[in-house]
Amino acid sequence: MSVVVNGLVKIYGEQIAVNKVSFEAQKKEVLGFLGPNGAGKTTTMKIITGFIPPSEGEALVCGYNVSTQPMDARASIGYLPEHNPLYKEMYVREYLEFTAGVHKVSSPQKRVSDMIERTGLTSHRHKQIGQLSKGYRQRVGLAQAMLHNPDVLILDEPTSGLDPNQIIEIRQLIKDLGKEKTVILSTHILSEVEAVCDRAVIINKGVLVANASIEQLKDQFNGQSIVTAGFKSSINPQLLNTIPNVQQVKPLGDNRWQIIAAPDHDVRADVFQFAVHHQFVLLELHKEVQSVESVFQQLTRQNPVPAEK
Amino acid sequence: MIPILKKEINSFFSSLIGYMVIGVFLILMGLVLFVFPDTSLLSGGYATLDTLFGTAPMIFLFLIPAVTMRTLAEEQSSGTIELLVTRPISDWQIVVGKFLASFLLVVFALIPTFTYYLTVYFLGAPQGNLDSGGIIGSYIGLLFLAGAFVAIGIFASSLTNNQIVSFVLATFLCFFVYLAFDFLSSLPIFYGKTDDIIQSFGIEYHYSSISRGVLDSRDLIYFISVIILFLAATTLSLGRRKW
Repeated sequence: MSVVVNGLVKIYGEQIAVNKVSFEAQKKEVLGFLGPNGAGKTTTMKIITGFIPPSEGEALVCGYNVSTQPMDARASIGYLPEHNPLYKEMYVREYLEFTAGVHKVSSPQKRVSDMIERTGLTSHRHKQIGQLSKGYRQRVGLAQAMLHNPDVLILDEPTSGLDPNQIIEIRQLIKDLGKEKTVILSTHILSEVEAVCDRAVIINKGVLVANASIEQLKDQFNGQSIVTAGFKSSINPQLLNTIPNVQQVKPLGDNRWQIIAAPDHDVRADVFQFAVHHQFVLLELHKEVQSVESVFQQLTRQNPVPAEK
Repeated sequence: MIPILKKEINSFFSSLIGYMVIGVFLILMGLVLFVFPDTSLLSGGYATLDTLFGTAPMIFLFLIPAVTMRTLAEEQSSGTIELLVTRPISDWQIVVGKFLASFLLVVFALIPTFTYYLTVYFLGAPQGNLDSGGIIGSYIGLLFLAGAFVAIGIFASSLTNNQIVSFVLATFLCFFVYLAFDFLSSLPIFYGKTDDIIQSFGIEYHYSSISRGVLDSRDLIYFISVIILFLAATTLSLGRRKW
Protein backbone atom coordinates (compact mmCIF):
# COMPACT_ATOMS: atom_id res chain seq x y z
CA MET A 1 0.00 0.00 0.00
CA SER A 2 1.71 3.19 -1.09
CA VAL A 3 -0.45 5.81 0.51
CA VAL A 4 -2.67 5.20 3.49
CA VAL A 5 -4.75 7.97 4.95
CA ASN A 6 -6.39 7.07 8.19
CA GLY A 7 -9.08 9.12 9.95
CA LEU A 8 -7.61 12.44 8.92
CA VAL A 9 -9.06 15.50 10.64
CA LYS A 10 -7.93 19.08 10.11
CA ILE A 11 -9.48 21.88 12.08
CA TYR A 12 -8.73 25.54 11.35
CA GLY A 13 -10.02 27.46 14.34
CA GLU A 14 -13.73 26.74 14.32
CA GLN A 15 -13.85 25.34 10.83
CA ILE A 16 -13.43 21.65 10.11
CA ALA A 17 -11.65 21.48 6.77
CA VAL A 18 -11.19 17.72 6.66
CA ASN A 19 -13.33 15.40 8.71
CA LYS A 20 -12.29 11.79 9.31
CA VAL A 21 -11.15 11.06 5.79
CA SER A 22 -9.67 7.61 5.20
CA PHE A 23 -8.57 6.09 1.91
CA GLU A 24 -5.75 4.15 0.37
CA ALA A 25 -3.88 4.28 -2.88
CA GLN A 26 -2.09 1.29 -4.29
CA LYS A 27 1.01 1.05 -6.38
CA LYS A 28 0.47 1.43 -10.14
CA GLU A 29 -2.73 3.30 -9.65
CA VAL A 30 -3.94 6.75 -10.54
CA LEU A 31 -6.29 7.89 -7.84
CA GLY A 32 -8.56 10.81 -8.67
CA PHE A 33 -9.24 13.06 -5.76
CA LEU A 34 -12.47 14.82 -6.49
CA GLY A 35 -14.57 17.41 -4.83
CA PRO A 36 -16.06 20.83 -5.33
CA ASN A 37 -13.90 23.87 -4.60
CA GLY A 38 -13.25 24.20 -0.90
CA ALA A 39 -14.05 20.56 -0.19
CA GLY A 40 -10.72 19.95 1.51
CA LYS A 41 -8.77 18.40 -1.37
CA THR A 42 -5.79 20.70 -1.08
CA THR A 43 -5.74 20.49 2.71
CA THR A 44 -5.66 16.69 2.52
CA MET A 45 -2.81 16.81 0.02
CA LYS A 46 -0.86 19.27 2.16
CA ILE A 47 -1.19 16.86 5.05
CA ILE A 48 -0.01 13.88 2.97
CA THR A 49 3.06 15.83 1.83
CA GLY A 50 3.79 16.87 5.40
CA PHE A 51 3.40 20.60 4.80
CA ILE A 52 0.83 20.87 7.56
CA PRO A 53 0.18 18.35 10.32
CA PRO A 54 -3.25 16.76 10.77
CA SER A 55 -5.28 17.66 13.85
CA GLU A 56 -6.10 13.97 14.19
CA GLY A 57 -5.41 10.79 12.30
CA GLU A 58 -2.35 9.82 10.32
CA ALA A 59 -1.03 9.61 6.80
CA LEU A 60 1.45 6.93 5.73
CA VAL A 61 3.49 7.17 2.55
CA CYS A 62 5.31 4.00 1.53
CA GLY A 63 4.90 2.85 5.11
CA TYR A 64 6.43 5.99 6.60
CA ASN A 65 4.30 8.13 8.86
CA VAL A 66 4.53 11.69 7.53
CA SER A 67 4.46 13.15 11.05
CA THR A 68 6.96 10.90 12.78
CA GLN A 69 9.26 9.88 9.89
CA PRO A 70 9.04 13.02 7.79
CA MET A 71 12.37 12.72 5.96
CA ASP A 72 11.73 9.19 4.65
CA ALA A 73 8.16 10.05 3.73
CA ARG A 74 9.17 13.26 1.95
CA ALA A 75 11.89 11.47 -0.01
CA SER A 76 9.23 9.13 -1.45
CA ILE A 77 6.90 11.93 -2.55
CA GLY A 78 6.95 14.06 -5.66
CA TYR A 79 4.71 17.04 -5.12
CA LEU A 80 3.13 19.53 -7.47
CA PRO A 81 1.35 22.05 -5.26
CA GLU A 82 -1.70 24.02 -6.27
CA HIS A 83 -0.75 27.05 -8.44
CA ASN A 84 2.63 25.42 -9.15
CA PRO A 85 5.00 27.76 -7.28
CA LEU A 86 8.38 28.20 -8.98
CA TYR A 87 11.39 30.49 -8.70
CA LYS A 88 10.69 32.79 -11.64
CA GLU A 89 14.21 34.20 -11.85
CA MET A 90 15.86 30.78 -12.16
CA TYR A 91 16.58 29.00 -15.41
CA VAL A 92 14.80 25.73 -16.14
CA ARG A 93 17.94 23.64 -15.98
CA GLU A 94 19.31 25.51 -13.00
CA TYR A 95 16.09 24.96 -11.07
CA LEU A 96 15.97 21.24 -11.82
CA GLU A 97 19.63 20.87 -10.85
CA PHE A 98 18.90 22.66 -7.59
CA THR A 99 16.02 20.25 -6.94
CA ALA A 100 18.26 17.30 -7.77
CA GLY A 101 20.81 18.64 -5.29
CA VAL A 102 18.28 18.95 -2.49
CA HIS A 103 17.12 15.39 -3.13
CA LYS A 104 20.71 14.16 -3.43
CA VAL A 105 19.93 12.49 -6.76
CA SER A 106 22.81 10.42 -8.09
CA SER A 107 24.21 11.56 -11.47
CA PRO A 108 22.04 14.68 -11.40
CA GLN A 109 23.10 16.01 -14.82
CA LYS A 110 21.81 12.96 -16.63
CA ARG A 111 18.64 12.74 -14.60
CA VAL A 112 17.85 16.42 -15.25
CA SER A 113 18.41 15.93 -18.98
CA ASP A 114 16.11 12.89 -18.95
CA MET A 115 13.38 14.81 -17.18
CA ILE A 116 13.68 17.78 -19.54
CA GLU A 117 13.29 15.43 -22.46
CA ARG A 118 10.44 13.47 -20.93
CA THR A 119 8.39 16.55 -20.11
CA GLY A 120 9.03 18.11 -23.51
CA LEU A 121 11.06 21.04 -22.20
CA THR A 122 14.06 20.53 -24.47
CA SER A 123 13.51 23.66 -26.54
CA HIS A 124 12.97 25.77 -23.42
CA ARG A 125 15.67 24.41 -21.15
CA HIS A 126 17.81 27.56 -21.28
CA LYS A 127 14.97 29.95 -20.57
CA GLN A 128 14.12 31.64 -17.33
CA ILE A 129 11.08 30.08 -15.70
CA GLY A 130 9.42 33.50 -15.53
CA GLN A 131 9.50 33.73 -19.33
CA LEU A 132 7.70 30.43 -19.87
CA SER A 133 4.03 30.13 -20.69
CA LYS A 134 1.74 28.51 -18.19
CA GLY A 135 1.79 25.15 -19.96
CA TYR A 136 5.57 25.00 -19.90
CA ARG A 137 5.71 26.08 -16.28
CA GLN A 138 3.38 23.21 -15.51
CA ARG A 139 5.85 20.89 -17.21
CA VAL A 140 8.65 22.31 -15.06
CA GLY A 141 6.45 21.65 -12.04
CA LEU A 142 5.92 18.07 -13.15
CA ALA A 143 9.61 17.62 -13.94
CA GLN A 144 10.65 18.74 -10.45
CA ALA A 145 8.05 16.40 -8.93
CA MET A 146 9.33 13.40 -10.91
CA LEU A 147 13.01 14.24 -10.70
CA HIS A 148 14.03 12.09 -7.75
CA ASN A 149 12.00 9.17 -9.08
CA PRO A 150 9.57 9.08 -6.15
CA ASP A 151 7.16 6.20 -5.62
CA VAL A 152 4.28 8.51 -4.92
CA LEU A 153 3.24 11.57 -6.90
CA ILE A 154 0.85 14.08 -5.39
CA LEU A 155 -0.45 16.42 -8.05
CA ASP A 156 -2.78 19.21 -7.02
CA GLU A 157 -4.79 20.28 -10.05
CA PRO A 158 -2.06 19.55 -12.58
CA THR A 159 -4.05 20.62 -15.63
CA SER A 160 -5.64 23.82 -14.36
CA GLY A 161 -5.16 26.73 -16.73
CA LEU A 162 -3.80 24.72 -19.63
CA ASP A 163 -5.11 24.74 -23.17
CA PRO A 164 -6.88 21.60 -24.48
CA ASN A 165 -3.82 20.27 -26.30
CA GLN A 166 -1.61 20.71 -23.28
CA ILE A 167 -4.23 19.05 -21.11
CA ILE A 168 -4.17 15.98 -23.32
CA GLU A 169 -0.37 15.83 -23.24
CA ILE A 170 -0.17 16.21 -19.47
CA ARG A 171 -2.89 13.59 -19.00
CA GLN A 172 -0.97 11.17 -21.16
CA LEU A 173 2.11 11.81 -19.07
CA ILE A 174 0.17 11.15 -15.88
CA LYS A 175 -1.29 7.98 -17.32
CA ASP A 176 2.20 6.74 -18.18
CA LEU A 177 3.37 7.59 -14.69
CA GLY A 178 0.50 5.58 -13.25
CA LYS A 179 1.86 2.45 -14.88
CA GLU A 180 4.74 2.31 -12.42
CA LYS A 181 3.91 4.67 -9.57
CA THR A 182 1.17 5.76 -7.28
CA VAL A 183 -0.38 8.98 -8.49
CA ILE A 184 -2.87 10.98 -6.48
CA LEU A 185 -4.38 13.67 -8.59
CA SER A 186 -6.83 16.28 -7.43
CA THR A 187 -9.16 17.94 -9.82
CA HIS A 188 -12.64 19.24 -10.21
CA ILE A 189 -12.73 18.44 -13.90
CA LEU A 190 -14.75 15.26 -14.09
CA SER A 191 -13.88 14.20 -17.59
CA GLU A 192 -10.27 14.18 -16.42
CA VAL A 193 -11.07 11.56 -13.82
CA GLU A 194 -12.77 9.39 -16.41
CA ALA A 195 -9.83 9.90 -18.76
CA VAL A 196 -6.90 9.15 -16.48
CA CYS A 197 -7.94 7.70 -13.15
CA ASP A 198 -8.45 4.09 -12.14
CA ARG A 199 -10.21 4.99 -8.98
CA ALA A 200 -11.84 8.05 -7.50
CA VAL A 201 -12.20 9.37 -4.01
CA ILE A 202 -14.85 12.04 -3.72
CA ILE A 203 -14.98 14.39 -0.78
CA ASN A 204 -17.49 17.08 -0.03
CA LYS A 205 -17.22 19.63 2.77
CA GLY A 206 -14.36 17.68 4.26
CA VAL A 207 -16.23 14.38 4.37
CA LEU A 208 -15.50 11.36 2.22
CA VAL A 209 -18.59 10.53 0.19
CA ALA A 210 -17.30 7.93 -2.26
CA ASN A 211 -14.27 5.72 -2.74
CA ALA A 212 -14.58 3.35 -5.66
CA SER A 213 -13.30 2.52 -9.10
CA ILE A 214 -14.72 4.55 -11.95
CA GLU A 215 -16.78 1.55 -13.15
CA GLN A 216 -18.16 0.93 -9.70
CA LEU A 217 -19.10 4.55 -9.36
CA LYS A 218 -21.06 4.41 -12.56
CA ASP A 219 -22.62 1.07 -11.66
CA GLN A 220 -23.59 2.26 -8.23
CA PHE A 221 -25.99 4.66 -9.82
CA ASN A 222 -26.90 2.43 -12.69
CA GLY A 223 -28.63 0.29 -10.07
CA GLN A 224 -31.70 2.22 -11.02
CA SER A 225 -32.97 3.28 -14.33
CA ILE A 226 -33.89 6.90 -14.31
CA VAL A 227 -36.17 8.53 -16.82
CA THR A 228 -37.05 12.19 -17.04
CA ALA A 229 -40.50 12.98 -18.34
CA GLY A 230 -42.09 16.36 -18.95
CA PHE A 231 -45.82 16.91 -19.36
CA LYS A 232 -47.77 19.88 -20.55
CA SER A 233 -50.16 19.94 -17.62
CA SER A 234 -49.82 19.12 -13.94
CA ILE A 235 -50.15 15.51 -12.91
CA ASN A 236 -50.94 13.85 -9.62
CA PRO A 237 -47.83 11.94 -8.57
CA GLN A 238 -50.07 9.16 -7.29
CA LEU A 239 -51.05 8.56 -10.86
CA LEU A 240 -47.43 8.33 -11.99
CA ASN A 241 -46.80 5.68 -9.37
CA THR A 242 -49.31 3.44 -11.10
CA ILE A 243 -46.93 3.01 -14.03
CA PRO A 244 -45.58 -0.55 -13.92
CA ASN A 245 -42.12 -1.03 -12.36
CA VAL A 246 -41.91 2.54 -11.09
CA GLN A 247 -40.29 2.73 -7.68
CA GLN A 248 -40.22 6.41 -7.03
CA VAL A 249 -41.15 9.69 -8.66
CA LYS A 250 -39.50 13.00 -7.91
CA PRO A 251 -40.85 16.36 -9.09
CA LEU A 252 -38.32 18.47 -10.97
CA GLY A 253 -40.69 21.46 -11.34
CA ASP A 254 -42.44 22.76 -14.46
CA ASN A 255 -44.43 19.52 -14.61
CA ARG A 256 -41.23 17.60 -15.17
CA TRP A 257 -40.73 14.41 -13.24
CA GLN A 258 -37.86 12.12 -12.52
CA ILE A 259 -39.14 8.57 -12.65
CA ILE A 260 -36.96 5.98 -11.00
CA ALA A 261 -37.67 2.41 -11.94
CA ALA A 262 -36.30 -0.98 -11.08
CA PRO A 263 -33.00 -1.80 -12.76
CA ASP A 264 -33.07 -3.24 -16.26
CA HIS A 265 -36.47 -1.76 -16.91
CA ASP A 266 -36.70 0.92 -19.48
CA VAL A 267 -39.95 2.55 -18.46
CA ARG A 268 -39.99 4.97 -21.36
CA ALA A 269 -42.49 2.84 -23.24
CA ASP A 270 -44.67 2.54 -20.15
CA VAL A 271 -44.58 6.28 -19.58
CA PHE A 272 -45.61 6.84 -23.17
CA GLN A 273 -48.49 4.38 -22.87
CA PHE A 274 -49.48 6.03 -19.60
CA ALA A 275 -49.61 9.43 -21.26
CA VAL A 276 -51.66 8.11 -24.13
CA HIS A 277 -54.03 6.32 -21.79
CA HIS A 278 -54.63 9.37 -19.61
CA GLN A 279 -54.46 11.72 -22.60
CA PHE A 280 -51.59 13.77 -21.19
CA VAL A 281 -49.44 15.68 -23.59
CA LEU A 282 -45.88 14.42 -23.28
CA LEU A 283 -43.30 17.12 -24.02
CA GLU A 284 -40.11 15.39 -23.03
CA LEU A 285 -39.01 11.86 -22.38
CA HIS A 286 -35.46 10.64 -22.04
CA LYS A 287 -33.34 8.22 -20.13
CA GLU A 288 -30.64 9.65 -17.88
CA VAL A 289 -27.16 8.73 -18.91
CA GLN A 290 -25.11 7.95 -15.85
CA SER A 291 -21.73 9.57 -16.01
CA VAL A 292 -19.24 10.36 -13.33
CA GLU A 293 -20.63 13.83 -13.68
CA SER A 294 -24.06 12.92 -12.39
CA VAL A 295 -22.61 10.67 -9.72
CA PHE A 296 -20.51 13.56 -8.57
CA GLN A 297 -23.49 15.88 -8.55
CA GLN A 298 -25.62 13.49 -6.57
CA LEU A 299 -22.90 12.86 -4.05
CA THR A 300 -21.91 16.43 -3.47
CA ARG A 301 -25.22 18.24 -3.74
CA GLN A 302 -26.77 16.95 -0.59
CA ASN A 303 -25.31 18.28 2.60
CA PRO A 304 -23.49 15.60 4.48
CA VAL A 305 -24.33 15.11 8.12
CA PRO A 306 -21.72 16.96 10.14
CA ALA A 307 -19.82 14.45 12.21
CA GLU A 308 -19.90 14.86 15.94
CA LYS A 309 -16.97 16.86 17.20
CA MET B 1 22.05 22.89 2.96
CA ILE B 2 24.74 23.18 0.29
CA PRO B 3 22.25 23.25 -2.64
CA ILE B 4 20.32 26.03 -0.88
CA LEU B 5 23.50 27.97 -0.22
CA LYS B 6 24.47 27.59 -3.88
CA LYS B 7 21.05 28.60 -5.14
CA GLU B 8 20.96 31.71 -2.97
CA ILE B 9 24.45 32.81 -3.97
CA ASN B 10 23.52 32.26 -7.61
CA SER B 11 20.40 34.31 -7.20
CA PHE B 12 22.40 37.18 -5.66
CA PHE B 13 24.73 37.29 -8.61
CA SER B 14 22.26 36.51 -11.38
CA SER B 15 20.21 39.49 -10.25
CA LEU B 16 21.70 42.88 -9.47
CA ILE B 17 21.47 42.44 -5.71
CA GLY B 18 24.94 40.97 -5.21
CA TYR B 19 26.74 43.57 -7.31
CA MET B 20 24.67 46.40 -5.86
CA VAL B 21 25.46 45.46 -2.30
CA ILE B 22 29.17 45.05 -2.88
CA GLY B 23 29.34 48.16 -5.08
CA VAL B 24 27.39 50.42 -2.74
CA PHE B 25 29.37 49.23 0.26
CA LEU B 26 32.74 49.80 -1.39
CA ILE B 27 31.78 53.19 -2.84
CA LEU B 28 30.56 54.42 0.52
CA MET B 29 33.64 53.08 2.30
CA GLY B 30 35.93 54.64 -0.32
CA LEU B 31 34.22 58.01 0.01
CA VAL B 32 34.39 57.98 3.78
CA LEU B 33 38.00 56.81 3.98
CA PHE B 34 39.60 58.76 1.20
CA VAL B 35 37.36 61.56 -0.09
CA PHE B 36 35.20 63.17 2.60
CA PRO B 37 37.65 65.56 4.29
CA ASP B 38 36.15 65.19 7.79
CA THR B 39 36.78 61.48 7.91
CA SER B 40 39.52 61.00 5.33
CA LEU B 41 42.57 59.01 6.32
CA LEU B 42 44.76 61.32 4.29
CA SER B 43 43.81 64.45 6.19
CA GLY B 44 43.50 62.66 9.52
CA GLY B 45 47.17 62.00 9.69
CA TYR B 46 46.91 58.76 11.71
CA ALA B 47 47.65 55.32 10.30
CA THR B 48 44.52 53.61 11.58
CA LEU B 49 41.41 52.03 10.06
CA ASP B 50 39.15 53.10 12.91
CA THR B 51 36.97 55.06 10.52
CA LEU B 52 36.30 51.91 8.52
CA PHE B 53 35.29 49.90 11.56
CA GLY B 54 33.17 52.76 12.86
CA THR B 55 31.35 53.35 9.58
CA ALA B 56 30.89 49.79 8.33
CA PRO B 57 28.32 48.81 11.00
CA MET B 58 26.24 51.87 10.09
CA ILE B 59 26.24 50.88 6.43
CA PHE B 60 25.47 47.25 7.34
CA LEU B 61 22.51 48.48 9.34
CA PHE B 62 20.77 49.27 6.06
CA LEU B 63 22.56 47.07 3.58
CA ILE B 64 22.18 43.72 5.36
CA PRO B 65 18.40 44.01 5.80
CA ALA B 66 18.28 44.79 2.07
CA VAL B 67 20.14 41.56 1.37
CA THR B 68 18.10 39.39 3.71
CA MET B 69 14.65 40.90 3.21
CA ARG B 70 13.70 38.59 0.39
CA THR B 71 15.29 35.36 1.61
CA LEU B 72 12.16 33.91 3.20
CA ALA B 73 9.55 36.62 2.59
CA GLU B 74 9.67 35.99 -1.16
CA GLU B 75 9.43 32.23 -0.75
CA GLN B 76 6.41 32.73 1.44
CA SER B 77 4.64 35.14 -0.87
CA SER B 78 5.26 33.08 -4.02
CA GLY B 79 4.43 29.78 -2.31
CA THR B 80 7.75 28.16 -3.18
CA ILE B 81 8.28 27.64 0.54
CA GLU B 82 5.67 24.87 0.35
CA LEU B 83 7.82 22.91 -2.08
CA LEU B 84 11.01 23.65 -0.19
CA VAL B 85 9.80 22.49 3.22
CA THR B 86 8.21 19.32 1.81
CA ARG B 87 11.53 18.19 0.40
CA PRO B 88 13.66 15.87 2.50
CA ILE B 89 15.58 18.61 4.30
CA SER B 90 14.88 20.08 7.70
CA ASP B 91 13.71 23.64 8.30
CA TRP B 92 16.95 24.26 10.20
CA GLN B 93 19.00 23.32 7.12
CA ILE B 94 16.97 25.73 5.00
CA VAL B 95 17.52 28.54 7.49
CA VAL B 96 21.24 27.87 7.89
CA GLY B 97 21.69 27.61 4.10
CA LYS B 98 20.05 30.99 3.63
CA PHE B 99 22.04 32.48 6.50
CA LEU B 100 25.36 31.31 5.12
CA ALA B 101 24.55 32.62 1.64
CA SER B 102 23.72 36.14 2.86
CA PHE B 103 26.70 36.07 5.21
CA LEU B 104 29.03 35.07 2.38
CA LEU B 105 27.78 37.97 0.31
CA VAL B 106 28.76 40.34 3.12
CA VAL B 107 32.16 38.63 3.35
CA PHE B 108 32.62 39.17 -0.39
CA ALA B 109 31.89 42.86 0.18
CA LEU B 110 34.48 43.03 2.97
CA ILE B 111 37.33 41.26 1.15
CA PRO B 112 38.23 44.22 -1.12
CA THR B 113 38.57 46.48 1.93
CA PHE B 114 41.81 44.63 2.57
CA THR B 115 43.32 47.00 0.00
CA TYR B 116 42.58 49.84 2.45
CA TYR B 117 44.71 48.01 4.99
CA LEU B 118 47.54 47.79 2.47
CA THR B 119 47.14 51.47 1.60
CA VAL B 120 47.45 52.51 5.21
CA TYR B 121 50.28 50.03 5.71
CA PHE B 122 52.34 51.62 2.95
CA LEU B 123 51.35 55.22 3.78
CA GLY B 124 52.47 54.80 7.38
CA ALA B 125 55.66 56.51 8.49
CA PRO B 126 57.71 54.44 9.00
CA GLN B 127 56.11 52.00 6.58
CA GLY B 128 53.96 49.33 8.26
CA ASN B 129 53.51 51.37 11.40
CA LEU B 130 49.97 50.36 12.31
CA ASP B 131 48.24 48.17 14.83
CA SER B 132 47.80 45.02 12.76
CA GLY B 133 46.54 43.01 15.74
CA GLY B 134 43.82 45.55 16.39
CA ILE B 135 42.81 45.52 12.74
CA ILE B 136 42.57 41.73 12.62
CA GLY B 137 40.48 41.86 15.79
CA SER B 138 38.28 44.53 14.27
CA TYR B 139 37.73 42.45 11.15
CA ILE B 140 36.72 39.49 13.27
CA GLY B 141 34.39 41.73 15.24
CA LEU B 142 32.92 43.12 12.05
CA LEU B 143 32.31 39.60 10.70
CA PHE B 144 30.53 38.61 13.89
CA LEU B 145 28.49 41.81 13.80
CA ALA B 146 27.54 41.11 10.18
CA GLY B 147 26.61 37.54 11.13
CA ALA B 148 24.33 38.80 13.89
CA PHE B 149 22.71 41.31 11.51
CA VAL B 150 22.18 38.62 8.86
CA ALA B 151 20.58 36.29 11.42
CA ILE B 152 18.29 39.10 12.59
CA GLY B 153 17.45 39.98 8.97
CA ILE B 154 16.53 36.41 8.10
CA PHE B 155 14.40 36.19 11.19
CA ALA B 156 12.54 39.36 10.18
CA SER B 157 12.09 37.93 6.67
CA SER B 158 10.54 34.76 8.06
CA LEU B 159 7.87 36.72 9.91
CA THR B 160 6.20 38.21 6.86
CA ASN B 161 5.63 37.66 3.17
CA ASN B 162 6.08 41.34 2.45
CA GLN B 163 9.66 42.34 1.67
CA ILE B 164 9.25 45.96 2.73
CA VAL B 165 7.87 44.98 6.11
CA SER B 166 10.78 42.57 6.37
CA PHE B 167 13.32 45.32 5.58
CA VAL B 168 11.91 47.86 8.02
CA LEU B 169 11.58 45.29 10.77
CA ALA B 170 15.12 44.02 10.22
CA THR B 171 16.61 47.51 10.26
CA PHE B 172 14.77 48.31 13.45
CA LEU B 173 15.80 45.07 15.16
CA CYS B 174 19.42 45.43 14.05
CA PHE B 175 19.52 48.99 15.33
CA PHE B 176 17.93 47.92 18.58
CA VAL B 177 20.30 45.07 19.25
CA TYR B 178 23.32 47.04 18.04
CA LEU B 179 22.91 50.40 19.76
CA ALA B 180 19.72 50.69 21.77
CA PHE B 181 21.02 48.86 24.83
CA ASP B 182 23.97 51.21 24.89
CA PHE B 183 21.69 54.24 24.85
CA LEU B 184 19.22 52.74 27.31
CA SER B 185 21.96 52.05 29.81
CA SER B 186 22.42 55.79 30.39
CA LEU B 187 18.84 56.14 31.61
CA PRO B 188 18.87 57.42 35.20
CA ILE B 189 17.30 54.24 36.56
CA PHE B 190 20.16 52.11 35.25
CA TYR B 191 23.02 54.57 35.43
CA GLY B 192 25.62 53.71 37.99
CA LYS B 193 23.84 50.53 38.98
CA THR B 194 23.09 48.01 36.26
CA ASP B 195 24.20 50.05 33.25
CA ASP B 196 27.07 47.70 32.54
CA ILE B 197 24.77 44.68 32.40
CA ILE B 198 22.29 46.52 30.15
CA GLN B 199 25.14 47.55 27.87
CA SER B 200 26.38 43.99 27.61
CA PHE B 201 23.09 42.93 26.00
CA GLY B 202 23.95 45.08 22.99
CA ILE B 203 26.25 44.32 20.09
CA GLU B 204 28.16 47.61 20.41
CA TYR B 205 29.59 46.63 23.81
CA HIS B 206 31.06 43.39 22.46
CA TYR B 207 32.00 44.81 19.07
CA SER B 208 34.12 47.56 20.57
CA SER B 209 35.64 45.05 22.96
CA ILE B 210 36.78 42.78 20.10
CA SER B 211 37.91 45.81 18.08
CA ARG B 212 40.58 46.51 20.68
CA GLY B 213 42.25 43.37 19.38
CA VAL B 214 41.42 41.30 22.43
CA LEU B 215 39.55 38.13 21.56
CA ASP B 216 37.62 37.58 24.76
CA SER B 217 35.68 34.32 24.83
CA ARG B 218 32.73 36.15 26.42
CA ASP B 219 32.38 38.32 23.33
CA LEU B 220 32.62 35.34 20.99
CA ILE B 221 30.02 33.44 23.00
CA TYR B 222 27.79 36.51 22.92
CA PHE B 223 27.89 36.79 19.12
CA ILE B 224 27.48 33.07 18.51
CA SER B 225 24.54 33.01 20.92
CA VAL B 226 22.84 35.93 19.19
CA ILE B 227 23.27 34.26 15.80
CA ILE B 228 22.01 30.87 16.98
CA LEU B 229 19.15 32.47 18.91
CA PHE B 230 17.84 34.30 15.85
CA LEU B 231 18.34 31.32 13.54
CA ALA B 232 16.46 29.11 15.98
CA ALA B 233 13.68 31.71 16.18
CA THR B 234 13.57 31.71 12.37
CA THR B 235 13.23 27.93 12.29
CA LEU B 236 10.44 28.21 14.81
CA SER B 237 8.74 30.88 12.75
CA LEU B 238 9.02 28.75 9.59
CA GLY B 239 7.36 25.93 11.48
CA ARG B 240 4.42 28.05 12.56
CA ARG B 241 2.27 26.50 9.81
CA LYS B 242 2.30 23.45 12.07
CA TRP B 243 0.84 25.17 15.10
